[in-house]
Amino acid sequence: MTRRLDVLVCSGAACVSSHSAAVRDALSREIDENGLSNEIRIVETGCMGPCELGPVMLVYPDGAFYIHVKPEDAAEIVQEHFLKGRPVKRLLWEDPEARRIVEGKKQIPFFAKQVKVVLRNCGRIDPENIEEYIAADGYEALGKALTQMARNEVIQVITDSGLRGRGGAGFPTGKKWQFVASATGETKYVVCNGDEGDPGAFMDRSLLEGDPHTVIEGMTIAAYAVGASRGYIYIRAEYPLAIKRLQIALGQARKMGLLGENILETGFSFDIEVRMGAGAFVCGEETALIASIEGERGIARVRPPYPAVRGLFGMPTLINNVETWGNIRHIVLNGADWFRSIGTERSPGTKVFALSGKVKNTGLVEIPMGMTLRELIFDIGGGIPNGKKFKAVQTGGPSGGCIPEKYLDTPIDYESLKELGAIMGSGGMIVMDEDNCMVNIAKFFLEFTSDESCGQCVPCRTGLPRMLDILKRITSGNGTMDDLDLLQHLGEMIIETSFCGLGKTAPNPVLSTLKYFEDEYREHIEEKKCRAKVCTDLIAYRIDEDACRACGICAVNCPVGAITGELGKPPYIIDEEACIRCGTCLEVCPFGAVHVLSGELCNQDKREGSK
Amino acid sequence: MNDVQLKNPMYAELDRVIDSYRDAKGPLIQVLHRAQEIFGYLPPEVQQFVSQRMGIPPSKVYGVVTFYNFFRTVPQGKHVINVCLGTACHVKGADRVVEILREELGIGIGQTTEDRQFTLSAVRCLGACGLAPVMMIDEEVYGKLDRAKIKHVLQQYAS
Ligand SMILES: Cc1cc2nc3c(=O)[nH]c(=O)nc-3n(C[C@H](O)[C@H](O)[C@H](O)COP(=O)(O)O)c2cc1C
Ligand code: SF4
Ligand code: SF4
Ligand code: FES
Ligand code: FES
Repeated sequence: MTRRLDVLVCSGAACVSSHSAAVRDALSREIDENGLSNEIRIVETGCMGPCELGPVMLVYPDGAFYIHVKPEDAAEIVQEHFLKGRPVKRLLWEDPEARRIVEGKKQIPFFAKQVKVVLRNCGRIDPENIEEYIAADGYEALGKALTQMARNEVIQVITDSGLRGRGGAGFPTGKKWQFVASATGETKYVVCNGDEGDPGAFMDRSLLEGDPHTVIEGMTIAAYAVGASRGYIYIRAEYPLAIKRLQIALGQARKMGLLGENILETGFSFDIEVRMGAGAFVCGEETALIASIEGERGIARVRPPYPAVRGLFGMPTLINNVETWGNIRHIVLNGADWFRSIGTERSPGTKVFALSGKVKNTGLVEIPMGMTLRELIFDIGGGIPNGKKFKAVQTGGPSGGCIPEKYLDTPIDYESLKELGAIMGSGGMIVMDEDNCMVNIAKFFLEFTSDESCGQCVPCRTGLPRMLDILKRITSGNGTMDDLDLLQHLGEMIIETSFCGLGKTAPNPVLSTLKYFEDEYREHIEEKKCRAKVCTDLIAYRIDEDACRACGICAVNCPVGAITGELGKPPYIIDEEACIRCGTCLEVCPFGAVHVLSGELCNQDKREGSK
Repeated sequence: MNDVQLKNPMYAELDRVIDSYRDAKGPLIQVLHRAQEIFGYLPPEVQQFVSQRMGIPPSKVYGVVTFYNFFRTVPQGKHVINVCLGTACHVKGADRVVEILREELGIGIGQTTEDRQFTLSAVRCLGACGLAPVMMIDEEVYGKLDRAKIKHVLQQYAS
């Protein structure tokens, strides 16, 4: 049976929530009804990248890329495209720049600048079907390692490739493998860190959902190289789809003799178990993660001994991040030189980012290291929507920092980002525009980390809430200039004296915003002004007398009855004291008569009001 | 107590779960996950049962249950609304979503409506950042939320 077309329907998390399943069902019905089921196959894949445009689908081999597909569109797509060979233009992704209709996926800037290594299969194969993975060279690297390479040769190629851990810190992967290989223990373990704690990131999830075998193959190769017999994939309980697909993949791999006893008849045995986390950020830290797999509270342990020497159940343990695992098979198959040909000297290879926030094309992207932030945000991401101005980009989540516009030409690699006071992190990249308040962002991360501190050590347990108090003071207009020094000192002290990586990095979002956006902090303190009009204590809602048509809609919608006026007799007036600054009136006023003020103007009014 | 409890099908199932983990190392958290699936939450009786059956001190079970955010010790409403408070949703106005839900349902994060229809809780990143701000009701994810959409979605669940 020859197939004419493969229709790849994205079933990543974002597309599922925009109802990709209904689209799939409708397509499948139409294909059946037109007697095309032998010629056309529907494949459900992992995230294809541009999640905001979902549901998305891609038709192979012609490369037509459809966005915002609805079940009602199925008939037209089948009739016009699949039967008559004319892609349905109105559903193709329109290149916003050139305003021309882009038919081929390669011509879309969002895809053209990406280099897919780790995500090669993501969005291209059915993650629940091992045959498709195998058809895409799957398990070839494992075969090669087991039958043609000595253990130390495998470690050598990883070392030579220069691969660095993608979980955040960028530790050389080959070196870590070497440590575990030379450690002694009754058994050894291989662990996949799929905790993905950064609250605004979904790279690891997408890889596990879209191509679970790549991770399994990477772990199995490592197990052979370091002499481990058992593996654990530690994954967030919030990722049920990834867990399900992993379980399916593990089952299929076992059935085909690629996992379990006597793998590929080589005498090598290794098996993997999935362990669910239970919602604690600190469990992404490797020693806390180990405690959690052991069934304990996730509390960080003293290092050294490093997990490589004494890890899970007291045995030598190799822990790598999901994306790190995703690189392994490609390096084993294509060699270290090939890997080094991508990316930069000190940061070879690619990096996957979850691009989100105030950027046109949000979603999952993979780029060669060394690409500049500007290229990523403006070329791939398409820039800032709604004509707003770029303000900052946040990398590294709660351990990272905010980078301002003047550093947009910085290349993305471990050292350059660290120099700026941000970090590479695991791949969360959140773009902020002029409507985001940097003090509020710092407060947001501190709320997160002080909430997630495991409480074991004093600087983190008590220091972070103190920093948070100061930030709350500043955002409510009660800060003093001394607070800025205090924040700096506290931050440095916590970094210096905390026990684990959580405390050692948690002050970064504050320190980096203080460094690059001190003027915003000052405005909050000295002028009681939040220029982004985010901090509710520093803003006031006002109805413009001239624009108000006295329709009364604001008054009806105000949840606290703070607006008074008479129908048809403008203006309506907001009672400053009663207003809780919920923003509803601004949203509902059909005449744009409600304004938000902050700083001088609103303080002046406030003073007059209280006279 | 066990015999009486075991007549209860939920406890019987939990007992089978515990049995199936007999050879696993460090399975407490996995067992608690399953227990929460079965009972909906982890009241003291269930924690006690797990402790006895697994031979783990009750203090340790309690310690683990309270340490991890995912485990609940109070029952939930019929529908659980999880508002995403991840970074991407935060910069796109997740606070507003919480505020609107508070207006609509009269409850804040961590609370349940009096009629036990809805529980409001918070999560960090549902992996749908591209659709921020996002919330999940039971298993269904809703993105690009604004007041109109939130109202519309809530109506589908109100019964
Ligand atoms: C507070 C904290 C949270 C972390 N969260 C994660 C995480 O979610 N995922 C991850 O892979 N690594 C995380 N790490 C890094 C791990 O400790 C560890 O370095 C990593 O899993 C090693 O894998 P890699 O060398 O492949 O990056 C975290 C570290 C700290 C200190
Ligand atoms: S730094 Fe924070 S999270 Fe880490 S051990 Fe100390 S209290 Fe726990
Ligand atoms: S901001 Fe909210 S509380 Fe204040 S007047 Fe407008 S609707 Fe009423
Ligand atoms: S989930 Fe479909 S494109 Fe990301
Ligand atoms: S931050 Fe809300 S879905 Fe990712």
